[in-house]
Amino acid sequence: MNSIFAKRRARLLAMKAIRDNYVPGDRLVTCPKCGQDSERRQVAQGLSVCPKCGYHWPLGAYYRLSTVLDPGTFRELNEKLPAADPLAFPGYGEKLRAAQRKTGLNEAAVTATGAIGGCKCVVGVLDSRFLMGSMSAAVGEKITLAIEYAAKNRLPLILFAASGGARMQEGILSLMQMAKTSAALARFSEKGLLYISVLTDPTTGGVTASFASLGDIILAEPGALIGFAGPRVIQQTIGETLLEGFQRSEFQMEHGFVDAVVPRAELRDTLARLLRLHQRGGRI
Amino acid sequence: MSELTAAQRVAVARHPQRPNITDYISALFTDFFEQKGDRLCREDAATLGGVALYHGRPVTVIGTRKGKTLEENLQCNFGMPGPEGYRKALRLMRQAEKFRRPVVTFIDTSGAYPGLEAEERGQGEAIARNLYEMSRLTVPVVAVVTGEGNSGGALALGVANRVLMLENAVYAILSPEGFASILWKDAARHEEACELMHLTAPDLLRMQVIDDIIPEPEGGAHLSPAAALRTVDRYLSRHLAELSKESGQALAAGRYQKFRQMGATTRKEDP
Repeated sequence: MNSIFAKRRARLLAMKAIRDNYVPGDRLVTCPKCGQDSERRQVAQGLSVCPKCGYHWPLGAYYRLSTVLDPGTFRELNEKLPAADPLAFPGYGEKLRAAQRKTGLNEAAVTATGAIGGCKCVVGVLDSRFLMGSMSAAVGEKITLAIEYAAKNRLPLILFAASGGARMQEGILSLMQMAKTSAALARFSEKGLLYISVLTDPTTGGVTASFASLGDIILAEPGALIGFAGPRVIQQTIGETLLEGFQRSEFQMEHGFVDAVVPRAELRDTLARLLRLHQRGGRI
Repeated sequence: MSELTAAQRVAVARHPQRPNITDYISALFTDFFEQKGDRLCREDAATLGGVALYHGRPVTVIGTRKGKTLEENLQCNFGMPGPEGYRKALRLMRQAEKFRRPVVTFIDTSGAYPGLEAEERGQGEAIARNLYEMSRLTVPVVAVVTGEGNSGGALALGVANRVLMLENAVYAILSPEGFASILWKDAARHEEACELMHLTAPDLLRMQVIDDIIPEPEGGAHLSPAAALRTVDRYLSRHLAELSKESGQALAAGRYQKFRQMGATTRKEDP
């Protein structure tokens, strides 16, 4: 019985992942970093990493999950939690619908239970294709519910951040999600459970200033933009051009805010190893 | 109470002669001892904090500091703290926990400082850590938004059991200028933004983001500061007295629940 469901779940995630990873258009894709063209199929099959320079393209949420979870273990949490327009902000409803059509997602976050290297865990992913992965009340709620689910079931938690920051159209309620998610993590941590935060391109604003920065272990994908204020705002403030590499993953590691910069191809194994290292008593 | 538009309230909230944290401390507290530095890196004058007596009882008082003159503002970076400012605040809050005294915060900031060094030293981490630690304090925490409370830079002092707001204060995700610039690429549309952002005290009370509104003298607190300070004192002492009856555990749990429900009970409409 179990294996039938497992097969179904595996197929479901695979289908959603294919949709996420499918980019219509030309046969060739141009890397925004090195400017060189590569075969689209080669990029898609290589975890969306540029074969020439190693640039990491942003990933859709389901595709991201398919790259780290053991096959057949994916079970989505709160899939139906709806997006909301709490301030009845002009034009926002239409924007949400357009983002939903474009991505096939309800909101910018997908949360699930699954296993990595045989270790059960809760995984949450922000999707930067959905209104820049910005933090709406629904995103904050979904992340908080995932944290609470992990706390209740005594499971380790992994959150992949990818966000432009606050969801402007939800005003102060977006801001309050920072307090809500951080407070939930404090309760989670008191239970002695592991939280791994993975920072991907871009992680900025209110997400950086809340759950993304609170991991017991903080990993980052190479070259990701990570910061509180965006580079444009900083340039306006100080009136100078910023140096290349400022606020990138490697910079954040150098300044003490990231444990390790991990290329996408090694991420799954790194997560599996960290989960094993944190099993009761550190037994491997 | 006069009915001002949201944009007019923003102007009143930013009035240079509006009472600032120095005024609140000298009018409401006695024996204030200022504590400087984050013990990690440096002192940040954009936050001010220390221990004082409030109606004879020791409290930790912390706030963002805006100046009234250009010279004062240059000293305190126009009330925009860096990570050191938030880490100093956290250090003082931990002491409040240790010595079992309430925490009172005064919020008046256009936001956390978006500078190069602030980023290098982890502005985002500093704010996140405050949110995390404030949520667990087992002493009463009251936050008063006295002027403008913008973005994570304001919230980093705002995870309180009671959040009070002066009648003409504003509390928002971002300055209206920043909001208009992000959403419409046009900072000049800030007045339009004010009306849409729901940043006034009555709006936020309706949305249960704040707990009480402190009335101001006709025309704004800057016109009769002494009267304004007296009213703030009355509200603050009432809320602190109410909270002081609760156990430490109940305080932490109540604060958690307060923020837990934000955005969870808003109208859920499937667009």
